Amino acid sequence: MMDAKWLHKLKTFKWQPKKWMKDFGHSVKTFKLRPIHIIEVFVFLLMLLFLYPFYIVTINAAKPIAEIVRTPTSLPESFGMLWTNIQTILQASQIRYLQSFFNSVIITSFSLVLIGVTSGMAAWVLVRTKTKISTAIFLLFVSGLVIPFQVVMLPLVRFLELITMWTGIGIRDTHHGVILAYIGFGAPLSVFLLHGFIKSIPLEIEEAAIIDGCNKPQLFFRIVLPILKPIFVTLLVLNGMWIWNDYLLPILIIGVGGSTQTLPLAVASLAGAYVRQWDLILTSVLMAAFPVVVLFLFAQKHIIKGMTSGAIK
Amino acid sequence: MAQAIKLNPKKKLGKKASERLWFWLFLAPALGAFAIMVWVPFFMGVYFSMTDWTGLNTGRQILIGFENYRTIFTDYRFIYSFSRTVIYSVLNILVINGVAFGLSLLVTQKFKLKNVYRAAFFIPNLIGGLVLGFIWQFIFNNIIAGQVGLQLLERSPLSSSPNDAMFALIAVVTWQYAGYIMMIYIAALQNIPEDLIEASKIDGANAVQRMRAIVLPLVAQAFTVALFLTLVTSFKQFDTVQSLTNSGPATDLPLYIRNLLNITTIPTVSGTSLMAVDIYREAFTRFNMGVGQAKAIVFFAVLLLISITQVYVNKKREVEL
Repeated sequence: MMDAKWLHKLKTFKWQPKKWMKDFGHSVKTFKLRPIHIIEVFVFLLMLLFLYPFYIVTINAAKPIAEIVRTPTSLPESFGMLWTNIQTILQASQIRYLQSFFNSVIITSFSLVLIGVTSGMAAWVLVRTKTKISTAIFLLFVSGLVIPFQVVMLPLVRFLELITMWTGIGIRDTHHGVILAYIGFGAPLSVFLLHGFIKSIPLEIEEAAIIDGCNKPQLFFRIVLPILKPIFVTLLVLNGMWIWNDYLLPILIIGVGGSTQTLPLAVASLAGAYVRQWDLILTSVLMAAFPVVVLFLFAQKHIIKGMTSGAIK
Repeated sequence: MAQAIKLNPKKKLGKKASERLWFWLFLAPALGAFAIMVWVPFFMGVYFSMTDWTGLNTGRQILIGFENYRTIFTDYRFIYSFSRTVIYSVLNILVINGVAFGLSLLVTQKFKLKNVYRAAFFIPNLIGGLVLGFIWQFIFNNIIAGQVGLQLLERSPLSSSPNDAMFALIAVVTWQYAGYIMMIYIAALQNIPEDLIEASKIDGANAVQRMRAIVLPLVAQAFTVALFLTLVTSFKQFDTVQSLTNSGPATDLPLYIRNLLNITTIPTVSGTSLMAVDIYREAFTRFNMGVGQAKAIVFFAVLLLISITQVYVNKKREVEL
């Protein structure tokens, strides 16, 4: 991790300005302009260009609307306005920002844990049972990978309404309903990746545990589940980014203004309610993006590894 | 032990039955949720696409056969959004992969801040399509165009013409997605053995030769994955369109579609109403659920056909390279 390296640098830090000056003078003297330096300057500028939208959002979230319209590219008169804008959004009753934030947290975290456990259970028995049925069920899961959400979304809403009508259990606009939906839609990719991973685990570990008297649930939860940790990181990242940012599934299953609405829905309804009120829209955008970016900066290595290894497998 | 089981057939059966029980118990949660959310609605959808379904919860539908499919193939909105989606996807795939591969070549150089660049290019990918659509709507309308800000353009591309709006959309999606695809290419580039590059340098190969003979063949697999991912995302583009252009700007139906369908009037269509958006609107603003569902099924079939072809062609090329 980056943190460990920096922590070490911080601990071994010594105040020695004379040496620094000498080092600096030395590197200036020996510096030779190479093509790679010019390329690096170009990449650096490109990076600034990529980050420019974030800069724009941040500076404008700290302005009243009149200032945004007048001078959208200059720094705000005072960053204190950012707090005022945040307050306005937190208090706007039709947005229910805090509630939406917690809905997003609850739905994402429960979905992630339950997708991991249920897909892990399914993938494990599918690998360890070598019958025609298990192969067929595995293929059924994999076929789910090619079915776009658009094909099932309309009948899905109808079907969920029917289930509620038959059983009296509410599904739309409830936490458990949305989480169940994510378990279902997350299963194909998760089962597929877990299946591939479990195949590579030697059977001997499980056999030893059986001899020690483990029953099936113990075997899975105590022995197999801990081994799955690396692939769970991948799943956590892939599924987490999908669920946290998802818009189409919540808009259908929860609906705009629903009591379990997630952050993207809140931002959408805010932008619908305050058309061209860029001070509020940009502040809400900043508030929605901020937690994810902070999380990324802390767990960068895992996130990048999780996303790329998932794609390559 | 084995003998004991043989001597006691009852116990053996019990063990087999319990194995089977555990098999289904472990499978049940994931398979159940998957069936409820995907398979049952999928088959319901096939049925609904052949009915006159109009409202989400209205009671009865009448089976009308392939009428909806006949409707959509003479529907100018569908033909238009289909053609726009194809053009958009082709351009989008080219631009994203071009930018991503270029970035990956750059950030695998020996830079001091290499990891900082990678992280920075990746960050837009963390933001959801809906949220970043609003960010860019602001940037296009208030910063790039207009009387204040950078004033690079006279009119905002989001409202000037359908093509400009589509280019704007491609720019935004590239900004969002190129960092992710770049990571895939980086992973592939890093897998190329260092000594292979060294050897080619000793043999006097220049950068272009090295690229053609070593780099491209070895990242061919990454190309297959990246093309597949960008193809599928481009085709399914929904939330960014909703928040960036709201499927506009409105425009006259192009002449070639009018000629194709023998339409004498000049209807108005939305310039960036891609297929995923059109399906949603057919269902929720025009309330033609049956027609919307038929569009969804055609959408699925087209996507399946194109992506299978793409993977097949790429895999074949992987071997040839």
